[in-house]
Amino acid sequence: MSIILETKGLNRSFGAVIAAKDINVQISLGEVVGVIGSNGAGKTTFINMVTGYLPPSSGEILFEHQSILGKAPRQITRMGMARSFQVAQLFPELSVLDNLIAALVAAESPRPSFLRPTRTPIRIAKAEDILEEFGIPHLRDALVSAVPQGARKLIDIAMALIGNPRMLLLDEPTSGVSVEEKFSLMDTVMAAVRHHGVTVLFVEHDMEIVERYVSRILAFYSGEIIADGPPAAVMADQKVRELVIGHHAPQGGVRKRSAGQ
Amino acid sequence: MKLDKTQGALLAVTVALAAAGFAAPYWLTFLLMLALAKGLVVQGVVIQMRTGLVSFGQGLFFCIGGYGVGVASNLMGCTDAFVQLGLAVVVSLAVAAVLGLLMTRYRDIFFAMLSLALSMILFGVLVKNQALGSTDGFNVAAQTYLGWAPGPHQQKLVSYLLTVVIAGIAAQLIYLYMHSGVGQISEAIRENEIRVEYLGLSPRWLIYGNYLVAAAISAVGGALTAFATGHIDPEMAFWTTSGEFVFIALLGGITHVAAPFVAAVLFAVVRTYALEFTPNTWQLILGVVLLAIIIFLPKGLWSLIQRDKRAKA
Amino acid sequence: MTTLIAILIDGLTYSSWLFLVAAGLTIIYGVMRILNMAHGSFYAIGAYCGASLVGWYFTGAEGSPYWSYLLLVLAAVASGLLVGLVIEQGLLRFLYRQNEILMVIVTYALLLILEDVTKLVFGVDPYFTYQPYSLLGRTEISGLAFSNYDLMLVAVSVVVGAVAWAVLNRTHKGKLLRAVIHDREISVAMGVNVRAMFAATFVVGSVLGALAGALTAPAISVSPGIGVEVIVLAFAVVVVGGLGSIEGAIVGSLMVGLSRAAAVHLAPEIELFVIYGVMSLVLAVRPQGLFGRALARKI
Repeated sequence: MSIILETKGLNRSFGAVIAAKDINVQISLGEVVGVIGSNGAGKTTFINMVTGYLPPSSGEILFEHQSILGKAPRQITRMGMARSFQVAQLFPELSVLDNLIAALVAAESPRPSFLRPTRTPIRIAKAEDILEEFGIPHLRDALVSAVPQGARKLIDIAMALIGNPRMLLLDEPTSGVSVEEKFSLMDTVMAAVRHHGVTVLFVEHDMEIVERYVSRILAFYSGEIIADGPPAAVMADQKVRELVIGHHAPQGGVRKRSAGQ
Repeated sequence: MKLDKTQGALLAVTVALAAAGFAAPYWLTFLLMLALAKGLVVQGVVIQMRTGLVSFGQGLFFCIGGYGVGVASNLMGCTDAFVQLGLAVVVSLAVAAVLGLLMTRYRDIFFAMLSLALSMILFGVLVKNQALGSTDGFNVAAQTYLGWAPGPHQQKLVSYLLTVVIAGIAAQLIYLYMHSGVGQISEAIRENEIRVEYLGLSPRWLIYGNYLVAAAISAVGGALTAFATGHIDPEMAFWTTSGEFVFIALLGGITHVAAPFVAAVLFAVVRTYALEFTPNTWQLILGVVLLAIIIFLPKGLWSLIQRDKRAKA
Repeated sequence: MTTLIAILIDGLTYSSWLFLVAAGLTIIYGVMRILNMAHGSFYAIGAYCGASLVGWYFTGAEGSPYWSYLLLVLAAVASGLLVGLVIEQGLLRFLYRQNEILMVIVTYALLLILEDVTKLVFGVDPYFTYQPYSLLGRTEISGLAFSNYDLMLVAVSVVVGAVAWAVLNRTHKGKLLRAVIHDREISVAMGVNVRAMFAATFVVGSVLGALAGALTAPAISVSPGIGVEVIVLAFAVVVVGGLGSIEGAIVGSLMVGLSRAAAVHLAPEIELFVIYGVMSLVLAVRPQGLFGRALARKI
């Protein structure tokens, strides 16, 4: 299977703090990879480096076999790798539709037009389609600042997805979302992702969610990857149990799962 | 090509203003001409405000425009209005192209203060320059239009019409710009610059583009002001001048393309009366009104009109 | 060689003046995140009050002329205290949650208001009170004559700098202030009376601004507009040093002051550009200023 993203010996330190140590990862086309680890383990640092926001101290990053070291985030996005954010990064005073149209305009060309209108029938249709996919078509004209948290996360991801990337990195897609909504949100997201045929890597704290959707897990601790493999193996791994999951069962007990929205 | 409501309205107003020029008394066309020219500079300020940047030194380009006309007319002997306008635009773009490389690296207060500093540098340079008249500046000869020299009575009307036409065209173009890719994404930059970067665009180059456009429009405003008053001086680059542009921009708000022009006219009218009655407290009044706008009407006077519209609907 | 001495001493006197002007500005920004454009007005008001008081003293009273120095300081403290308190309590404290650029516009409005108020109160004719300046005489260094008043200002700025540094770094209140500079929200959460600190800081800043004006008054002709020239310079210094840092203001003043002195003696045409040139250079290499803090990660 062809490899879409590869890091070799990736390191990053901030003074005495080692945020990433010798990260070697190979993501194959079509995989759905979960990234777990306690806070400060280096997961977001990894995403920030891979998307060009943070330069690594040393190491190599290859996207579709091309080095992306030193490239700016906008260049990497144009190459086909998009991301969503732990705290949804949206345009608060614009409508949801305009947020998505902005993403479309950006995806279409690095030099947007000075005079031609953004709101064209084609773009509006595409934006409405993705809103439909994400289950929030009713929020079309709402001002983003008035939109609830779960929907904000969805819009954040939709904006990354509407540009048709080949790989999507999701940084804690369910963070800040209430427990009852997490599953339906991930169901929606993963359905959309599968529909667009995108390779996905997402960071997540909730083990039940990770287990449900991924074919492979990367476990981070203190800047290093301590386990890398199929969910069952990683979850059973001694070090992972000790340093990431904890010895007790992950959020056990009876829990009501909302059967979709 | 179909025109939407706003475009139609703008066109109608442009035509009306032009027609009015034939019937209106001189003092009115003079006031309107100056106000529209000022409004053009304010459009430049507003274009940058939409990206979240406040230019406290737009007077720099306003002054370049004015002095462009003066230099062409008095030192180069060229009185053609179109050449003078062209020169104003070319010089301002050249200066903006260089300064923009520095300015676009900064945001918020740094951008604001740097823009102020740059315009004050021009002021200082002009004041020290005897050849250009130092603090007094100098008078500018009347314009000719492609070889035709209007008579003394026609002169004022022709420059008024030119201003109205330019303002009208500018309004139409800016309206299109506001709804275009660059215009919308510029507003997105104000809201969240990092996201714009991650969407695949360079906020810095977009801001640079806006900076250039704003410079050119402001220079045109300066040139037209020189046409109207027949005089230029370093005061055009002084901080108080730039402050007035910011004031008018906040007065009108950044949401509607006509707002800078309307606010500029309102400002001109109020100022004429204020200077008549209380000549020593003009800045005071400006300051107090500015505070009032910020505290009570953060979206500018235009928000009053919008509010009413929504109430009616 | 004489030129070098001239540059050094002129640079030093100019730097000390710059520091006095910029100290208040940087403290207010550091603690309150407000770039006070009206700082120039405090300077002007201090200058006018100082010049008026001293002028009155020399036209009537028969005491020793050396009292005029005390009067200058008193005028500064009184005017800075009054104006600072009125503005902070009457306007600013209602706007603390606004964003930075809006606050700049607010202080800009204040500048407009205070410019006219100053003109109304003091008139538009210039004030000359040269007596405190010439009283101290001159010193000859290497064949060049330097005013002792200017040299005294250097001493004053050193004292002010030392006191400011000591308060910020060696006192309990200073530590609290530095905490607020670092993170306002956490300080509030920790129970620091941030409101009181803001009021105190603003008043200290305005007094410092007025002091700079009052002490400069004997050396210049006090007239409308001196405030605005000053704010642009002060900003350049503060930006070079890093907003909110006293050490930065010291280093910034020295860099700008010495560069300007060099320009004045060697290439006077570029005097204006030199100051902004230095500012641009520093910002190009270190956008947060020499002693400024880099911003934390946002995403």
